[in-house]
Amino acid sequence: MVDIPYEGIPGIPPAEVPDVELYHPRSWWTRYVFSQDAKVIAIQYSLTATAIGLVALVLSWLMRLQLGFPGTFSFIDANQYLQFITMHGMIMVIYLLTALFLGGFGNYLIPLMVGARDMVFPYVNMLSYWVYLLAVLVLASTFFVPGGPTGAGWTLYPPQAILSGTPGQDWGIILMMASLILFIIGFTMGGLNYVVTVLQARTRGMTLMRLPLTVWGIFTATVMALLAFPALFVASVMLLLDRLLGTSFFMPALVEMGTLSKYGGGSPLLFQHLFWFFGHPEVYIVALPAFGIVSDLISTHARKNIFGYRMMVWAIVAIGALSFIVWAHHMYVSGMFPQFGYFFATTTLIIAIPTAIKVYNWVLTLWRGDIHLTVPMLFALGFIITFVNGGLTGLFLGNVVVDVPLSDTMFVVAHFHMVMGVAPIMVVLGAIYHWYPKVTGRMLNDAMGKFHFWVTFLGAYLIFFPMHYLGLLGVPRRYFELGDATFIPSSAHSLNAFISVVALTVGFSQMVFLFNLVWSLFKGEASGGNPWRATTLEWQTPETPPGHGNWGKELPVVYRWAYDYSVPGAAEDFIPQNQPPRATQLVQGAAS
Amino acid sequence: MAVALILLLVAIGSVLFHIYSPWWWTPIATNWAYIDHTINITFWITGFVFVAVIAFMAYCVFRFHHREGRRADYNPENKKLEWWLSVGTGVGVAAMLAPGLVVWHQFVTVPADATEVEVMGQQWQWSFRLPGKDGQLGTSDVRNIASDNPMGLNRDDRHAQDDVVIENADLHLQVGKPVKVLLRSVDVLHDFYVPEFRAKMDMVPGMVTYFWMTPIRTGTFDVLCAELCGTAHYQMRAKVIVDEEREYHAWLEQQKTFAELSPANAVVKTTY
Repeated sequence: MVDIPYEGIPGIPPAEVPDVELYHPRSWWTRYVFSQDAKVIAIQYSLTATAIGLVALVLSWLMRLQLGFPGTFSFIDANQYLQFITMHGMIMVIYLLTALFLGGFGNYLIPLMVGARDMVFPYVNMLSYWVYLLAVLVLASTFFVPGGPTGAGWTLYPPQAILSGTPGQDWGIILMMASLILFIIGFTMGGLNYVVTVLQARTRGMTLMRLPLTVWGIFTATVMALLAFPALFVASVMLLLDRLLGTSFFMPALVEMGTLSKYGGGSPLLFQHLFWFFGHPEVYIVALPAFGIVSDLISTHARKNIFGYRMMVWAIVAIGALSFIVWAHHMYVSGMFPQFGYFFATTTLIIAIPTAIKVYNWVLTLWRGDIHLTVPMLFALGFIITFVNGGLTGLFLGNVVVDVPLSDTMFVVAHFHMVMGVAPIMVVLGAIYHWYPKVTGRMLNDAMGKFHFWVTFLGAYLIFFPMHYLGLLGVPRRYFELGDATFIPSSAHSLNAFISVVALTVGFSQMVFLFNLVWSLFKGEASGGNPWRATTLEWQTPETPPGHGNWGKELPVVYRWAYDYSVPGAAEDFIPQNQPPRATQLVQGAAS
Repeated sequence: MAVALILLLVAIGSVLFHIYSPWWWTPIATNWAYIDHTINITFWITGFVFVAVIAFMAYCVFRFHHREGRRADYNPENKKLEWWLSVGTGVGVAAMLAPGLVVWHQFVTVPADATEVEVMGQQWQWSFRLPGKDGQLGTSDVRNIASDNPMGLNRDDRHAQDDVVIENADLHLQVGKPVKVLLRSVDVLHDFYVPEFRAKMDMVPGMVTYFWMTPIRTGTFDVLCAELCGTAHYQMRAKVIVDEEREYHAWLEQQKTFAELSPANAVVKTTY
C-alpha cells in the first residue's frame, strides 16, 4: 500500500526549476499588516472571522433570551428578533465558517502541508484578505444604518427581502448584498490561490495521493466554492437591481402594503434555485475541510494511519460532485414542479453513502489504535457524534415526503445546527488546539481545554438534540413568539427555557477558550517543533513558528504518504513524510 | 474509562429521550399517516446506525486508549470490509428512499374527486375561497385587488360570481372528503401550515401551488404561517374546523358569495 520510492528512481523528480524568489517584507507594515505571507494572512483571516463570529454568538444569546423567556425582555421586538436570526445565520455560515476554514486554515496549512514556500500569488492573496475585511465592515455597518440590518432571514428570499414589511428594507438589504458581492470577490482571489498552489506548488515527491486529507478537504471545498459562489453573486446582483432600479427578476406583480407595486413578471422561485445552487454546496464547503482536518486529528492522536485513505479521497471528491445536484431538497415545499422531488430525494440520499464511508473509516481508524485522549482528540470524538447525529437527521429532511411535515420547523434548525454548526465548530476548535503550538510555539492549557470541550460538547448536544422533538411536535422556526396554539403544550415552553439556559452557558464557556488563547500565548508551555509527533510536513519546519518562506534553504522532499504511524519495525511510532527510506532502515538496523 | 462511558451515555440517553420524551407529533387529522410511517421507518434505521457507530466508538476508546507501551496496528485498507459497509449503507438508504418515493407519488397525485379550496395569504392574514354552486373557482388577478375585492377576483368571470369568499375568518372543511388546497399569495411568500394535517406548501406570489388531503377526524386546528413573511409572521393565524357533513353545510349556508359581497358589482349589474 505505502509506496516508498527511493531518491533517484521514479517518484521523486529532480529539481528542475529554481526556487521561487519570494517577496521580502521591508518594514513593520509590510511584515505584519499588508503582509503577503500566507501565514500572516491566515491569522488576519482567523482573527477577523472570530471577531465577527463573536457578534453572531451574542446575537444567538439575544434570540435565545427571547425564545426561552418571551415577553420578559422588552428591549427585543419582533423586528429585532428577525434581524438577529438573519445576521446570526449569515455571519456564522459565510463570514465565520467559510472564511475560517478556507481563508484561515487554508492559508496557514496549504503551503506548509504541500511543502511550498508560500501561496503562488502572494499579492492577490493579500488583496483577498483586505476585500474580505471590507465585506465584514460593510456587513457590520448595517447595525448602525437607519432601519438596521435586514431581517429577511439568512436565505434573503424575495419578494419580502426587498419589500416594506420586512425590517432593514431601506439600507440593510442593500448593504447585505454589497457585502456578499465583496465577500465573493475576495474569496475568488484567495480561492484561485489555494487551488493553483495545491496543483502547482507541491514539493518534490508530494504526489496528489500523498497529500494529507486536510489538504484534500480544503482543496475540494475551494473548487466547489469557486463554482458555487457565482450563483450567489448573480442572485445578489439581480436582487440589488430589483431593489434599486426596479427591475423584476424575482418580483411578480404583487401588492405591497395594500397598494399594487411597480413590479411584474419575475419569479421568486428563480432566486431560490440560484440561492440553493450556491447554498447546498456551501454546506459541504464548510463540511469538507472539517472532514479532512478531523481525519488528520484522529490519525495523529490515535497514532494510527487513517483507515482507507484512497476511499477517503474519493469520498471527498464524490461528495463534492454530488452536492451540485441536490440543491432543490431545500425547496420540496417551495411550490416548484412536484415531480422534481423524485430526482432530488434520490440524489440526496445517495450522498449518504460516501458520507457514511467517511464515518466508518474514522471510527475504524480508532480500532486497535493507541488513542491519546488529548483535547484535539476529544473534539474529534465530539465531532463524530454530532456529525453522525446531524447527518442521520438529514436523511429525514432529504427524503422528500418526510420533509413535508418537518420543513420550516425547529427540526430543520436542530438538524443544520448539529451538522453544519456544532460539528464543524468541534473541528475548528480541535484544530486550533492541534495547530496552536505550530503557530505560536506554545501549547494551549490542557485543563482549560478539557473544561472547554466538555461544556461545549455536552452543552451543544443538550441544546440541539431535544430541539428536534420541538420540530417533530410542529413548532415552526423563525417565530418571535409561539403565542397561543393548542398543539403546543406548556412543557414545550419549559424546554425552550432550558435550551436557552444551556445556550448561554455554552456561550460563556467560549470565554474560557478565548482567555486560554491569550494566556497561553505568554504563559503556555513551550511546545517545540512537533509536540504531537506528527508525520505531516508542517511539523517538520526548521523553525517554530515557521519563518518567512517556511523551509530555510532547502525545500523538503517527500518520500511517503502522510500516515506512517506505528509502522511495524520502525523505531518511533511515526515517520515524517520527508524522512528518506534509507534513514528508516538505518534506524531499524541500529535497533536490531 | 470515563470518556468512553460518557460517549456511551450520550447514545443511550438519546434513545431514552426518544422513547420517554413528552414531545411527539400531534395526533394526525388527515390521510397522511403514510408520512408518519415513513418517519418511523427512518427513525428505526437511523437510530440503529447512530447507536451502533457511537457504541463502537466508545468501545474503541475504552479498549484502545493509550497505556504505557501500547502500539497501534498498521492497517491501511481493507477492501472487503469497505465494500460490505458501502453495500450495507446502500441497502439502508434504499429502505428509507423507496417508501418515501411511493408516498411522494401519492402526495403529488390528486384524486379526481377532490374538491377545490383556495387559500390566499397576505401580510399577515388568511382568506379562503370555495367554489360556489357551479363547482368551479373563478379566475383572479392581483391587479384586481381593491377594498371591495380583497381576493382580486375577476368580475367578468361568471365562475367567480358564486364563489364563497371568507375573508379573515375561519375555514371549515368536511370530514372524509378529499380536498385539493390551492394556494395563492398576493405579496410575499407564505406557507399554509396545519401541523395535524402533515401536508404543507409554500404560497408564492405570481403562481398557484397546491397539495391535497382527506380530513379524517373532526376538530378545530390552528393554521400557522411556516414561511417567513415579515414582521408579524408569527401572528399570522387562522383556524380550520373540520365538520361532519351536516354542520359543514349549515356553516356553508351562512357564507356570502362574491356577488353578494360586491355592492359595486351589484350597481354595475343594475345599470346594464
